[in-house]
Amino acid sequence: MPAAGIVLIVAVVLIVLALVYYLVSTIVSLRRITAGLDDVIASVTGIVEKSVPVNEIVVAINEQLDAGVDLLEGLLVKKAGLNDAVGLVDGLYPGAAAAGFRNFPESSKLTAPRIAEVYTKGTLTLARLGREAPIAAASPDGPALRDVVAASHAARRLYPDGRALHAETLPRSPVIGTDAPVQYEQRDDIGAPRKRLPARS
Amino acid sequence: MTLWWIGDVVLLVVLLPVVVYLLRGVLGAAKSIEPTVRQIADVASAGSKDLDAAALLVTTRDQVTRTVAGVAGYGGSLDVIIDDAS
Repeated sequence: MPAAGIVLIVAVVLIVLALVYYLVSTIVSLRRITAGLDDVIASVTGIVEKSVPVNEIVVAINEQLDAGVDLLEGLLVKKAGLNDAVGLVDGLYPGAAAAGFRNFPESSKLTAPRIAEVYTKGTLTLARLGREAPIAAASPDGPALRDVVAASHAARRLYPDGRALHAETLPRSPVIGTDAPVQYEQRDDIGAPRKRLPARS
Repeated sequence: MTLWWIGDVVLLVVLLPVVVYLLRGVLGAAKSIEPTVRQIADVASAGSKDLDAAALLVTTRDQVTRTVAGVAGYGGSLDVIIDDAS
């Protein structure tokens, strides 16, 4: 065999060896990639399965919370009036009046009464609950927040606890003065000198 | 005979380097994908583990429903005991 043939065979063998080495290495690497992708698929499948009910549940939660917001906004506006309601919310959460109420778009255009500058959060809460806060008589702007005259009476009517709200007939207050129907005699000893001096010490 | 030698030279000088170069490129690309795939697998596994708490959303939904029902009850009571503004 000529030398050129031997060199040709050696060259072909070298090429085949290079092909085998690199292709086997590539196959091993691709198998690792496949194993990694299997792990990825398993994890992504878990993510998909776990997140399936999320959308439905979140929608349900949002619906419930929307109903709660509607309820509380409606109740506050009904009881306090839109103007005072805006003032109360702005007093509790400064700046909230600018956003207004969700179900009352016109509330964002109102000028909130400056309730919070005069009364504390607790006072506002008590006033809104109809307790003994004096805010009712001195709301900075707008109408009184509650009826100061009849509030106590109204509260007792809510919780009578078996007791009478008031006596059926109350004794009249005595009338005094010169034109009083009952005149009392003036005592003589009032303004007169003492009959017995105090003992000396 | 000269053509044989020319063929040998072409094989050794041109064809073999080209084959090695191309195969090295393929192997390098494949090896560069491995760590990326491993990172993706780790992230996906962590994401899947983070979503384990998603099942608690059912409890959250029920809790929210009960809470809103309670708020509605309080609101209804307040509506009765507190006078309207107008």
